[in-house]
Amino acid sequence: MTAAVEVPPTPLPSADPVLQVRNLVKHFPVRGSGVTRRTVGEIHAVCDVSFDVARGETLGVVGESGCGKSTTGRAILNLQPATSGQVIYDGKDVTQLTGSALRVVRRDMQLVFQDPFASLNPRMTVNNLVGEPLVIHHIGESKQARRDVVAELLRTVGLNPEHGNRYAHEFSGGQRQRIGIARAIALEPKVLVLDEPVSALDVSIQAGVVNLLEDLQDRLGLSYVFIAHDLSVVRHIADRVAVMYLGRIVEVATRDALFERPAHPYTRALLSAIPIPDPRKERERRRIVLVGDVPSPAAPPSGCRFRTRCQVFRDDLNDDQRQLCIEQHPALEERGQGHPVSCHYADVERVV
Amino acid sequence: MTDVTVPKPDMIKADGPQRDVSSRDFTVRRRSQSALVLRRFLQHRLAVISLVVFLVLVLLSLFAETWWQYTSTTITDDLSQGPSLKHPMGTDSTGHDLLAKVLAGARVSVLVALLVAVLSTAFGTVFGALSGFYGGRADTLMMRFVDLILTVPSLAILITLGATIAGGGGDPIVIALILASLSWLQIARIIRGLFLSLREKEYVEAARCLGASNRRIIFRHLLPNAVGPIIVNATIVVAVAILAETALSFLGFGIKFPSTSLGLLVAEGQSAASTRPWLFYFPGLVIVLIALTINFVGDGLRDALDPQQNRVRA
Repeated sequence: MTAAVEVPPTPLPSADPVLQVRNLVKHFPVRGSGVTRRTVGEIHAVCDVSFDVARGETLGVVGESGCGKSTTGRAILNLQPATSGQVIYDGKDVTQLTGSALRVVRRDMQLVFQDPFASLNPRMTVNNLVGEPLVIHHIGESKQARRDVVAELLRTVGLNPEHGNRYAHEFSGGQRQRIGIARAIALEPKVLVLDEPVSALDVSIQAGVVNLLEDLQDRLGLSYVFIAHDLSVVRHIADRVAVMYLGRIVEVATRDALFERPAHPYTRALLSAIPIPDPRKERERRRIVLVGDVPSPAAPPSGCRFRTRCQVFRDDLNDDQRQLCIEQHPALEERGQGHPVSCHYADVERVV
Repeated sequence: MTDVTVPKPDMIKADGPQRDVSSRDFTVRRRSQSALVLRRFLQHRLAVISLVVFLVLVLLSLFAETWWQYTSTTITDDLSQGPSLKHPMGTDSTGHDLLAKVLAGARVSVLVALLVAVLSTAFGTVFGALSGFYGGRADTLMMRFVDLILTVPSLAILITLGATIAGGGGDPIVIALILASLSWLQIARIIRGLFLSLREKEYVEAARCLGASNRRIIFRHLLPNAVGPIIVNATIVVAVAILAETALSFLGFGIKFPSTSLGLLVAEGQSAASTRPWLFYFPGLVIVLIALTINFVGDGLRDALDPQQNRVRA
């Protein structure tokens, strides 16, 4: 077995961490169109991301499209090799593992996909889909024993085991996502990376799947990395929330702290976009509307990556203050808000 | 045909062993996948008819000696006769009964065609699958190799191989190997292209996340999803192989006398197409029949193996 890896310190430690991510970086090469296909640039998908996930905890990861949430999830599972950094599980650096050592870790870390239509092989029956992890990891002595396990798994996620002989396309979106969840928990993992597990589903179905996930967490003691862009879902399920922007975590806090006292201007803008189911309140509150698009991750802005769209940078700062934002990347650290935030001029403002 | 077992009134009234129906949403008999595939195939009427016709043809030609009075080498007194009751397909100028010759030819042609289809599909699929799945430099090398062979006129290769390897003997199995050595190229290219797109599917990533080996991903996840194009191409190869064998035999590098094949018969009869048309049309008709039925059977198989296909034909 590989020797335990030394874990560098992190600005946001947590007690009893089951998964530790340190300085995770993922760059994708941009190749030219010529014959030699030289690498002409790099997409900075994930930059220096560090966090801990405690046993039984749900860490929400939020941010807009293209900010590196999913890539972070894939890199944690070594489905996409990280450019640098460490993902430490059980004393081992997952990014360095290959072959059978990686397979061992896969038993403990699983992924639930966003798209329940694309992530289930259309040529396989539900029994085969859910039973596949058992076959791969040689769990269960006989075919019948495996079939019983599969039936139990299907019951666990709220499906009828008698439908096991059907194909995925014969189910609704919510049912398919349950199949995907059954497959992911078949190996009794410790950590589940949920890559936007409910965003492809109807709102009416979302609640059912979210409740199932919470229920499973209580019963099986799972830790979740819950990737989402729907803040109301995250507010419901997450214990802690990390906000990502352009490949970096800009703020991490417990759920209540984040929603009550958002310190980063980007977080405030995100939160102000949550609709409030009360028309009177909704009309009165101040919305922070971000202008422009996310800058190209191939050429991220210098200093603070958010400054090109930052309402504070635009409206509240003078030129001297702006210079700091342009020149220096604000480290993710405690700045008097009670939780780490990556902004030179972090401020608390109630927006929800 | 009912798959849903409805509780019969007498079953509910009876005090005896009563099945607890209420605890289940509804009860569906577990149907095995092979039964479902068979069922879908049987719903494809044209495919079933084609299969029957093809099998009858094969059986008739295999057991020709037992039911037909002449063999392909029997010489009768009737020279160049048109179709009659005595000779349903007529005779040629030496007095051979054409029906007997067609039966013998069909035996050889079907053997060659099926062998070519199986060999080239198997090899082409594996070659293309590996090339497409691994990609990169291996893919480039493998595909340039295929391109290289494809640039050389196939007939030239066939003739060279036919003259050297077959050694003028005209053994059907050797001819099949020669034909297969060229017909796997197209299949390899098609499967490679298919795999290039299939390997990016999310369910492949899901399998990898579960710890599946490359072998498992190729054979359990990707190949079943490529079954449609594979079968369609295999059936096309059958038709192409019969025609290629015809061409080869026509040029004198394929099947040789005393063995015979449908291609050889067409080649022989071609010169007499205007004066004694039966010599040309009957073997030709059988070639068309074989090619057509195999195509329809392949069509039915493809539909039957596709779980998302539930269209019932009228």
